[in-house]
Amino acid sequence: MAGLAQSTMSVLAGDTAAISLLKWIDFDRAVAQQLESNHRLVSCFASPQSGDESGIVLNAVFSKPQSGLEMLRTAFPRGAHFPSLTPQYPFFHCFEREIHEQVGLVPTGHPWLKPIRFSGSGMGKMATYPFFRVEGKEVHEVGVGPIHAGVIEPGHFRFMCFGEKVHHLEIHLGYQHRGLETILRQKEAARLAPLIETAAGDTTVAHAWAYCQGLEALAQLSLPPEVDVVRGVALELERIAMHLTGLAGVSTDIAFLPGGSTYGRLRTVIINTSMRICGSRFSRSWLRPGGVYHGIAADVVSDVRKSLEQFQVDIRLINELFQNSMVVKHRLQKVGVVPTSVAAAIGMVGMAARASGQEMDWRIDQRPRPFAGRPLELAVEGSGDCWARCLVRIREIDASTQWILDALKGVSEISCPPPPKVSVPANSTFLSVVEGWRGEVFHFLETGSRGEVVHYRIQDPSLRNWFGLAQAVRDCPISDFPICNKSFDLSYCGNDL
Amino acid sequence: MLKTLKVRFSQGKQFVPDVTKADPKGFRGLPKIGPRACEAQCQKCAEVCPTHAINVKSMEIDLGRCIFCEECSRVCPVDKITYSNQYKMAASSRESLSVSAAAGQPVIEVSRRLKSIFGRSLRLRSVSTGGCNGCELELAAIANVNFDVSRFGFEFVASPRHADGLVITGPLTVNMREALELAYDGMPDPKFVIAVGACAISGGLYADSHALDRSFLNRFAPELYIPGCPPHPLTIANGLLDLLGRKG
Repeated sequence: MAGLAQSTMSVLAGDTAAISLLKWIDFDRAVAQQLESNHRLVSCFASPQSGDESGIVLNAVFSKPQSGLEMLRTAFPRGAHFPSLTPQYPFFHCFEREIHEQVGLVPTGHPWLKPIRFSGSGMGKMATYPFFRVEGKEVHEVGVGPIHAGVIEPGHFRFMCFGEKVHHLEIHLGYQHRGLETILRQKEAARLAPLIETAAGDTTVAHAWAYCQGLEALAQLSLPPEVDVVRGVALELERIAMHLTGLAGVSTDIAFLPGGSTYGRLRTVIINTSMRICGSRFSRSWLRPGGVYHGIAADVVSDVRKSLEQFQVDIRLINELFQNSMVVKHRLQKVGVVPTSVAAAIGMVGMAARASGQEMDWRIDQRPRPFAGRPLELAVEGSGDCWARCLVRIREIDASTQWILDALKGVSEISCPPPPKVSVPANSTFLSVVEGWRGEVFHFLETGSRGEVVHYRIQDPSLRNWFGLAQAVRDCPISDFPICNKSFDLSYCGNDL
Repeated sequence: MLKTLKVRFSQGKQFVPDVTKADPKGFRGLPKIGPRACEAQCQKCAEVCPTHAINVKSMEIDLGRCIFCEECSRVCPVDKITYSNQYKMAASSRESLSVSAAAGQPVIEVSRRLKSIFGRSLRLRSVSTGGCNGCELELAAIANVNFDVSRFGFEFVASPRHADGLVITGPLTVNMREALELAYDGMPDPKFVIAVGACAISGGLYADSHALDRSFLNRFAPELYIPGCPPHPLTIANGLLDLLGRKG
């Protein structure tokens, strides 16, 4: 189909008018064709129809193996009904729920049409969530949250149990809804970075990068290769840090104390490395449209190298202990299993999907710069249990550390010019994907006739993976929930926005 | 067993020996306002500030809004604003979060009342209400082996029933309003509120959002404000110590 220009494998950008609006019947057929040719659904969402206030555009975005993104569009009048795609392709489930909640289109035949985040007119109505009910004399329910025992974000979990066994877990989110996408529409398109960095504050770099590369493609800016390398270092440091947080959390939850303290303090080393480069332990104000605010100065390069080399020595010791400990294996193996078929059916992505045998990683499949010249090895495990999710994280920590060290090999410093002013063209659209530590981060921007933000969509991988967690705890004892939850390590605010 | 000892040995001593005198390398902390005169009519810093934290007339930065993004210092033609790695910047009143050339540092007045009750032991309940997981992770980090605030008697507890202080992160969403009230109501007296991060203190980047209800803070004014986006664990730890008149 005619469409936007492919600027790199993970970005499409250009005039909005270049994307044709299909009739529903053609759209429906085109969706089927995409999926039959093994293209994977990345996102499906609603956006306003330009020139028609009563119209709503339905967008479906697919990734093609090794060849980037593709977008299909159709339009409906407000309040229209359309045949739900979920019964045939279950991975549409969360997207159709979101579309229904946001703009009121009705996917008829959707089996689970519940609020995603209680936004818009649903705000404040948390108590009205329509929970699934399991009936029976011995069945009981356990409600947990929204406020949890630890220092974490809020969300409600309702377990339907038979004795200790979980029949079904229903995850009721939305408590974190801050109206992010609405605020983005009120700001200047080139100055969204600080807000976008907080979309999921533990995924600062991936979200910021998705936004930056989209704008850069629209403005047809080509960046010096050093900028890509610095962004790669930022992204991989974030991945290592958050994987360590997860491993420390799992270790603590199973009372494997050496893991809790050692992974925890190694995370400090990594985020302090980010801070050494950019001033913030959470990589804030590092990436900006057109470049980066911080290159890596000569003394910092050698500090980073030293820190990471020592880190490699230290983490090897604790990994060995973790992976060979009977306690750890006993608590994590065969617990919280999501089989490959289920992961594919419900559209899980990222680290959790790779632990369920799904081969997908944008850094590897689509080889964006700077990963093209220095490829990473795909970390996939087949067992889909908590153990597999930990192993994937351990392997990715190793690979990312090595990647950064290789990128800095023989480099005395990486200096980057201050980012140029980026002008955002009118009536344009970009789609952009970055593989963050949880999985693919997807951004979409459409500008209006004055270059203003008409629609901005942020999609954290958490939106798709929460249902994976619900699947993982089925038939587990309820006491396994904390480790399952920690092994997925999903974002509440990334879902609630 | 030997392997466990090996890991323990490699761990060494990781705690920051004196959290009041640490040197976080590279940290972008307390902004300093220099003596040089601004260029006539220049408002560049205020224009680029995403949270409207800068008052150009009085040349003050409101740390309750500041997200330390350094956009201001990058556009300033005369280096009026620079960032230091000073991490002590919590305050016991909202007003004293405003820093200027004359008042370069927020002030914490030791609360005699809180000191006499919680001076040796303080139990905290964290409630995130729209927090992005930045503040939450930094709060959790104060209890890790590096910052180790349990040595001062500070601890996070699971239940509001066991808590003395309610630590609020995030801009206070409508959807968390009820849960936040319940958590506070569930805490036994005496109790107090701590606001952590720009979002909690002022709404931060989300101040204009329609999805917030910040009325809770009008009724229960925080005794301690800890600025940052997110705050450094050292900022949090020192804020708590100073509020209770502790030496660390």
